[in-house]
Amino acid sequence: MDFNDTPEEAEFRAEASAFLGQHLKPKAASAIRGREPRNKMLERAKEWQKVKAENRFAQITWPEAIGGRGGTAMQQVIWNQEESKFDAPTGPFAIGLGMCVPTVIAFGSDENKQRYVQKALHGEEIWCQLFSEPSAGSDVAGLKTKAVRDGDDWVINGQKVWTSGAHYSDYGILLVRTDPDVPKHKGLTMFIVDMKAPGVEVRPIHQASGGSEFNEVYFTDVRIPDTDRLGDPGQGWKVALVTLMNERLAVGGSPGPDWQEIMDYARDAGTLSNQAFRQKLADWYVASQGYNLTKFRTQTALSRGETPGPENSIGKIITANHLQDICNSAVEMQDHYGLIIDKDKAPADAIFQESLMWAPGLRIAGGTDEILKNIIAERVLGLPADVRVDKDKAFSEL
Amino acid sequence: MNFDFSDEQKFLRDEARKFLTAKCTTAEVREVLDDDAKSHHEDVWKQVVEMGWLGTAIPEEHGGLGLGMLELCVIAEELGRALAPIPFASSVYFFAEAVKLAGSDAQKSELLPRIADGSAIGCIAASEGPGPVEAGKLKTEFKDGTLTGTKIPVTDGDVATHAVVLAKDGSGSSLVVVALDQDGVTRSSVETIEPTRSHAEITFNGASAERLGGQGDGEALYAEILNRAAVLLAFEQVGGASVCLDMATDYAKERQAFGRPIGGNQAIKHKLAEMYVKNEVARSNSYYGAWALSTDAGELPEAAAAARVAASEAYWFASKENIQTHGGMGFTWEVDCHLFYRRAKLLAVQAGAPSVWKEKLVRALETRNAA
Repeated sequence: MDFNDTPEEAEFRAEASAFLGQHLKPKAASAIRGREPRNKMLERAKEWQKVKAENRFAQITWPEAIGGRGGTAMQQVIWNQEESKFDAPTGPFAIGLGMCVPTVIAFGSDENKQRYVQKALHGEEIWCQLFSEPSAGSDVAGLKTKAVRDGDDWVINGQKVWTSGAHYSDYGILLVRTDPDVPKHKGLTMFIVDMKAPGVEVRPIHQASGGSEFNEVYFTDVRIPDTDRLGDPGQGWKVALVTLMNERLAVGGSPGPDWQEIMDYARDAGTLSNQAFRQKLADWYVASQGYNLTKFRTQTALSRGETPGPENSIGKIITANHLQDICNSAVEMQDHYGLIIDKDKAPADAIFQESLMWAPGLRIAGGTDEILKNIIAERVLGLPADVRVDKDKAFSEL
Repeated sequence: MNFDFSDEQKFLRDEARKFLTAKCTTAEVREVLDDDAKSHHEDVWKQVVEMGWLGTAIPEEHGGLGLGMLELCVIAEELGRALAPIPFASSVYFFAEAVKLAGSDAQKSELLPRIADGSAIGCIAASEGPGPVEAGKLKTEFKDGTLTGTKIPVTDGDVATHAVVLAKDGSGSSLVVVALDQDGVTRSSVETIEPTRSHAEITFNGASAERLGGQGDGEALYAEILNRAAVLLAFEQVGGASVCLDMATDYAKERQAFGRPIGGNQAIKHKLAEMYVKNEVARSNSYYGAWALSTDAGELPEAAAAARVAASEAYWFASKENIQTHGGMGFTWEVDCHLFYRRAKLLAVQAGAPSVWKEKLVRALETRNAA
C-alpha cells in the first residue's frame, strides 16, 4: 500500500506540473469562484484549450494520430489532479471533449472526424449534448423529438431541455426518434447538429439559483444532412450509451465548499467549539475522505489497466448531499445574517449561500440520487430492474 | 499509486476466508451464544493458534511470524466476516500491541512469545462505569507495585491470563500489566448484548502488577493503543458489514412478495444501495488507516478516527437494515441477522463510542490545521 507515484507516474506528473506552471496561475482562494464574466471566461477557456492541444496535453488518452498523447488513463487522472491546482478554465470543454467528440470518433465517418475533431480539440468549437426532454429526463429513451427523412437530409422537430452550455455551443450531438412504431429504445437515432442552423432556438433557463447554465433548445424544421448521422438509423440508444460511458471516465472536481472550508469559517466565526457542529463536521470529513480515498482505489485499478467500477455513482450521491448539508449549516450558523447573498456584504463572499442555492441542481444533474441508487442496486448488487411496462410496446402506442 | 493490498496479502485473505468459512460458521458462533458456560470456541481458537495468526504482527525474535500490520488488517476483516467467537482482538490488537508499544525488553521477551503461541491470552481493562474513559476519573489505583479497584466490563476478561490496566498512579495515570491467576484478583462474568465475546467484572485487591511504560504515561499510551486497535477493529467491522449487505441482497433477490422479488422495490433497492455506499466509505477509510498504521504515519490519529467512525456507522446501518430487509424472519433467533447486530454494537462501543471518536477526529483536524 503506497500513495506515491511510480517513477514513470512521477515523471509525467513533474512534466505536467512544470507545463501548467509556465502557463497558468495557481488557483486562488475560494472567494474568486464565479466572479469572472462569462465572455471573458469563454475566451480564456478557448485560449487554454489551444495551448493544451498544441502541446499534446489535451485528451491524454486519445491516440497521437488524432492529436492526443497516446497516454494511459492513469496519466489522464494525474493531469486532472495537477490541472485542478491551477486556475484552469476547463468547464466549457468538459462535455464536448469528454462525451460528444468521443462519440463522433466512435461512430462518425472519416469526413465527420476530419471536419469536427481537431477544431474541438484546439478549442475552436464548443459542443453540447442534447438528450433530455421535458417528458423524458431520467427516462431518456422516452424522448419525442422526431426526425423525418427528406432526400439527403433529415428534418428535425421538437424540444430538448437541461442542455448545459447550449447558448455558447457551436455543435451538439442530438438524440431523436426516427421510428415511433417500434419499442422506445429501438426507434432512436443520433445526429450531429449545427447549433447555428436555421430553426434552432436556444432559450436559457432561469434556474432557482438565479443563474442560467442550462437551456431549452427548440427545433423547428431543422435540416441535418444524412452525412451527419452517427451510427445507423435506429441504433441511437447504443450510440448514446457510449456517450454516457465516457461520462463515467470524467473525473470531477469539488463542487463547492467542503468540510475544510466550513471548518475554517467556523473557526473564524468562533463557533467551532459547538458540540453539535463538531459531530457533523466529523461526518462530513469521513464521507468526503471516504470518497477521495475510493478514487485512489479506482486509480489503482486504472494503473493496472482494469476498468473502473461505479465509483462515480457513489461520489455524486455523497458530494451533492453533503454540499447541500454543509451550506445549510454555514447559513444557519450565520443566523439572520445568513440570508445575505450579496458578495460584498456576506461572509466568505457568499460562497455558502451561492452553493446552497445551486445544490438542489447538483442532486439532479447527471442522474438524480434516486437513479444513481437504482444503478448501484441493479448493476452492482444485481437486484431486479424496475418494472418497465412500456418496454415491449411500440412508442406510438404509449 | 497502489492503494490496495498486495497479491501476497490477498492470498493470505483468501486462505483465512477458506479456513473460517469451513471451520467457523455461524453454527460455531451459536455454540458459544447458546451456552453460558462457554467464553469462546475452543476448537476454533486452537486452530487459529496453530496457524500462527496470533503472531502475525509480532516480530520473529519474539516468537511471531514477523509480518506487518497490513497482514493483520487482512486477517481482522476475515475474523469480522466470520463473527469469530474467540479472544483474538483482546489478545492481539489490544494486549500485544500495548506490549509492543510500551513494554520493556524484558516484558516483550516474556509476554509476546506467549501471546503468539496462545499459552497466554491478554485483554485490556479501562472502563469503570458509564461514559467515556477519562484518566482523571479513575478509581482503580496502582501503588507500591500493587493494584486495587474494579474494572467493568472487560472484554474477554474471564478467559484472559493477563490484563493491561489503566490505573491512577500518583497524580497521573499509568498502564500496568497484571497476571490474572493470582490471589489478589477476583473475576465474575457479566451478561452483555453480545455473548459470543465474553465479558467480566474484575476486582483487584492488592494484586501484584508492574508498569507498562513510564509513570504518568497511561493516558497518552492508552490513546495510542486505541488508535492502533481502532484500525484493526474497523477491518472487523468492514468484514461484518459486507456480510450483512450480501445477506440482505441475497434475501431480497429470493424472497417474493406481490408477485416478484422484494429487491425489485425501490424502497429495498435504495436501502441496499445506501448500505453499499456506507460500506465503501468505510472500506476506503479503513485502507487509509491501515496505511497509516503500517507506516507509523503522523496521520494515524485522524486516519484511525475516520476509519472507526465510518466503519461503526456502516456496520450499524448494515446490521439493522439487514434485519429490516428480512422482515419478521430477521427478528427470529434462528436466522443469523441478530448475530451481526450484536457484534456491530459491541465493536462500535468497545474502544470508545463513535461520538467520542468524532470529537477525537475534529481535534486531530484542528491540530493538523494549526501546524
